[in-house]
Amino acid sequence: MAVTIDPTQAPARGTAVVGGSDPKIDAHAKATGQTVYADDIHLPRMLVGRLLRAPHRHAKLLRVDVSRAAALPGVHGVLTGQDLPIRYGIMPVAQDEHALAVGTVRYHGEPVAAVAAIDEETADEALRLIDVEYEELRAVSSIADAMNPELPLIDGEGVGRQVNRRGTLEFGDVADGFGRADRSYEDLFFFEGNTHLPMEEHAAVAQWEPEPRGRLTLWSSTQVPHYLHRTLAKVLELAPGRIRVVATPVGGGFGGKSDPFSHEICAARLAMVTGRPVKFTLTREEVFYAHRGRHPVLMRVRTGFKEDGTLTAMAFRTMLDGGAFGSYGPASVYYTGALQTVTYDVPTYKFEGVRVLTNKPPCGPKRGHGTPQPRFALECHLDKVATDLGIDPIDLRLRNLIEPFSRSVNHLRVTTCGLRECVELVEAASGWRHKHGALPHGRGVGFAVGAYLCGAGLPIYFNDMPQSEVQIKVDRGGGVTVYSMAIDLGQGSDNMLASCVAEVLGLRPANIALITADTDLTPIDLGSYSSRVTFMAGNAAVQAAERMRDKLFAAVSADLGVPSEQLVARDGRIFDGDDPGVGMEWSAAVGVASVLEPPLVTAGSYKPPKLAGSYKGAGVGPSPSYSYTAAIVELDCDSETGVVDVDHVWIAHDIGKPINRVSAEGQVVGSVYMALGEALFEEQVFRRGYLKNPSMLEYRSPTFLEMPEVETFLVETDDPEGPFGAKEAGQGPLLPVIPAVANAIYDAVGVRIDEVPISPDKVVKALEQQAQGKEPRVGPKAMPDFDFGEPVRVDPPDQSPGREVMAL
Amino acid sequence: VMRLPAFAYLPASTPAEAARLLADHPDAQAVGGGTDLYPKMKRRQLEPKVLVGLRGVRELRGIEAGAGLSVGAGTRLHELALASDVRARYPALARAASLVASPQIRNAGTVGGNLCIDTRCNYYDLPYDRRCAHGFCMKAGGDVCRLAPGGDRCWAVSSTDLAPVAHVLGASVRLVSVRGERTLPVAELYTMDDGMDYLQKQRDEVLTALDVPPADGLRATYVKFRRRGAVDFPLLGVAAAVRTDPDGICAEARLVLGAVATAPLPVPHAAELLVGLALTEETILAAAEAAMSATKPMDLLDLPLAYRRRMVQIHVARALRELVPNGR
Repeated sequence: MAVTIDPTQAPARGTAVVGGSDPKIDAHAKATGQTVYADDIHLPRMLVGRLLRAPHRHAKLLRVDVSRAAALPGVHGVLTGQDLPIRYGIMPVAQDEHALAVGTVRYHGEPVAAVAAIDEETADEALRLIDVEYEELRAVSSIADAMNPELPLIDGEGVGRQVNRRGTLEFGDVADGFGRADRSYEDLFFFEGNTHLPMEEHAAVAQWEPEPRGRLTLWSSTQVPHYLHRTLAKVLELAPGRIRVVATPVGGGFGGKSDPFSHEICAARLAMVTGRPVKFTLTREEVFYAHRGRHPVLMRVRTGFKEDGTLTAMAFRTMLDGGAFGSYGPASVYYTGALQTVTYDVPTYKFEGVRVLTNKPPCGPKRGHGTPQPRFALECHLDKVATDLGIDPIDLRLRNLIEPFSRSVNHLRVTTCGLRECVELVEAASGWRHKHGALPHGRGVGFAVGAYLCGAGLPIYFNDMPQSEVQIKVDRGGGVTVYSMAIDLGQGSDNMLASCVAEVLGLRPANIALITADTDLTPIDLGSYSSRVTFMAGNAAVQAAERMRDKLFAAVSADLGVPSEQLVARDGRIFDGDDPGVGMEWSAAVGVASVLEPPLVTAGSYKPPKLAGSYKGAGVGPSPSYSYTAAIVELDCDSETGVVDVDHVWIAHDIGKPINRVSAEGQVVGSVYMALGEALFEEQVFRRGYLKNPSMLEYRSPTFLEMPEVETFLVETDDPEGPFGAKEAGQGPLLPVIPAVANAIYDAVGVRIDEVPISPDKVVKALEQQAQGKEPRVGPKAMPDFDFGEPVRVDPPDQSPGREVMAL
Repeated sequence: VMRLPAFAYLPASTPAEAARLLADHPDAQAVGGGTDLYPKMKRRQLEPKVLVGLRGVRELRGIEAGAGLSVGAGTRLHELALASDVRARYPALARAASLVASPQIRNAGTVGGNLCIDTRCNYYDLPYDRRCAHGFCMKAGGDVCRLAPGGDRCWAVSSTDLAPVAHVLGASVRLVSVRGERTLPVAELYTMDDGMDYLQKQRDEVLTALDVPPADGLRATYVKFRRRGAVDFPLLGVAAAVRTDPDGICAEARLVLGAVATAPLPVPHAAELLVGLALTEETILAAAEAAMSATKPMDLLDLPLAYRRRMVQIHVARALRELVPNGR
């Protein structure tokens, strides 16, 4: 296939692939329907699996009788909680799930039993023949309910408050910080829960090779084949070496396929008990119950400022509605407090967070995991502070920006930071200075910034092993195969791996074959979450490729008598950089190296530097680098209907260096789309504790018509630790867009909606209050009382936080 | 969603054959584009054992423009929206058709299907598992209204975009059965107080055409309010029509609201406030307020009740402003 490169997008700094816009290597297969997703797998004698889900929000499970279902012709296997008694959970400290409910059910939609039958109709019929007796318990439906000590405990016996996790941290003397302030501010915000809405419904296929080998293979649309592998070994009590997990191409994840799921475990167990392959594909409705999406979070922000706009103190309090299980909750709660400090120089900082359990589908990580909610609160809060201080909102931010190569008050190591450049780009492109506060009534602009991880510094279970390993094999015909457990969710990880290797070896991405996400065939990668794959798998791939290039250079050097330091790999040749005519074609070089440097197999690995502080909770927030984003939104707000029409978004993202420019811009634009959905439309609505909108019609995600013009700028800070200088692009760009919408609504019509989604009725209500001379605001009015306990007190870093210039 | 339940599909090739099949099979239902029916069957809201297919009935498809307009019931919504005669002479009808759902659905969905579209409610329209948990409602499988369990009626809401416009245009439909053909004004096609049995059309009657009389100076418009610019059913539809004399005085005014009641809701007392007067901001707001006070939205669609009620006023006014004669 011919590869064409747009000359206007020519890569800089001598790279041949990186920074360019080669077509994604998987684009053609996806666009033409050739990609094999989990649900496309059909094996001989395969059975169809279905889950029976609880009809109650909270109930004791008195009896599950599957005898009638098991007797139905065509049914080959039936499971209940008794068959899978071992608890699991994605985090070692939150092993609170059963594949099928045991003892109690915690939310409407929780799996109670599973069947495998010859077809869907028979499986559905079997579900109807399962007799379950419940004793309903009072349900906990909100943060306020969870704080009610009279309600039955979801995770335990008796009644009480539903505290799942709590963390309280203080960095420096916050009271002193507020004491130094000329003015202090306090605001309350609420961010409603929402879900990922991936195009592909979760699916898994299991196959069992009977004893004596006794080997299980599970294909699944998962973001975390390694963690799924561990979970299967634990729950099924099988040695890990007898389990193979293959992550199939994922048709959208966004964090929603990052937990081990009931249907995966049930598929495996049913394959083992029936001796036949079993496939589960969730219905769209079931995907809403599987969930693991955005936590609803109630927040209080307090800040202290000098008259000139210098920040002296910040105190953040968050309450997260976790739904029915722990999931990623122990991390989620700290993420609501961790990253405020990597955009601004916060001299003193206090964070108090609590995650409660409720009888609702479990929450977990969604794009931005735990950080979009506090970012919404913080950036709206700063917009109000700027108004009060009479300072332009952009100037207020610029006055307090963190410096590159510094350490935050909570000990996070900040390296490259292009936030100032991002701000300047969107400010200039949008015409902010002549628009803000100056557009006609009903039209407004809003500004915000954000930051995100390039991979969590620590793995989910503590260990000192590399987070990612990559192998490369070159065959005698010159073919290059890369082996990595990273899984492509559409974010472009396959293309990233191929591009990094192609760049080093002087080939094109289209020349590189990939074997990915297979625990039998590929070396470790922890999974496609926390924006870690480009940074970590990318670095491992570069190292493996450099080792392969070294082998080839050594062989070519010996063959041609050119010192290997002088050799260059480029355009499918290896040649003398000083005399390009002297060299050989790639395939010839491989032939020589196969003789002189066998075997042509190399490996690389990546482990982030030790970054975490020593205090409890310090494991959440550290990352080898942070991406930065600034956004300006311009919109119309209809003051009669409250309908918001976003007209234009300018967004600048510090990506370090784009591995593939078009792909990176696609991640930014996709983040804008998802952010606008969360800002204006998407929410999980419950009526009496039951999800009211578990369908794509009623869960309103924006259409093409709601998508504005997006102008994207990539800021290249050339991160010293990222592969070719790259940082993440998949999550960070979502963060500033949501508060920028809220701030633009204020600029347009003068009302504050301190709660997302900003549905039109909230705008109308605030405008009515404005007309009546009341506070023109819709948002939470109070936070329930809760004892967050004494903070863990941590001294700020030795030198002035945010100002310490570090040598790497 | 689940798979379609099993059913027999009997394709018809003429209206008479369709009527005969419906008469012969007491549990049969007609299907045109299927964009409303098939999703509802997948959700087990409707489970007809026999479907009489109208797709192949050629004479149901097409638009005839004479003094008035005759639209075959099998005409695709997309065709109605784009037909130049319709756009020129009945722009409100073209606009209403263009605002139904999404391009894909308008390419399959028919004029007859939209006129007969099932009533909606956010209990009745929940997915199957969700309704299993919550209890079924009287419209599908249960015996009470989940919204108003004390009452004895179903409150599900009319969601047709075409009917309010057809109503203000004075249109009628043709219905064919084994008993012959009859004509029914659109104004009489719907039942005002029963969300289950919401059509005056008999089960075995085939709706074959929509006939619109000559406009004769009547100018109409349609305003649709919904959350998103596509896909969504109306949270409110406002059809308005006026006939003004050369001085701009309304000789006649008609207002019909969609998605606020079980049937398209005429608000004649609001429209009559305009008769004998010019369309000024003052008369428009008076009519809009009267229209709002005639509506009692229920909590069975998106967004809070009070807000949806207020939107009636806003959008009736917007519709009427569109009808202010040019140059005023």
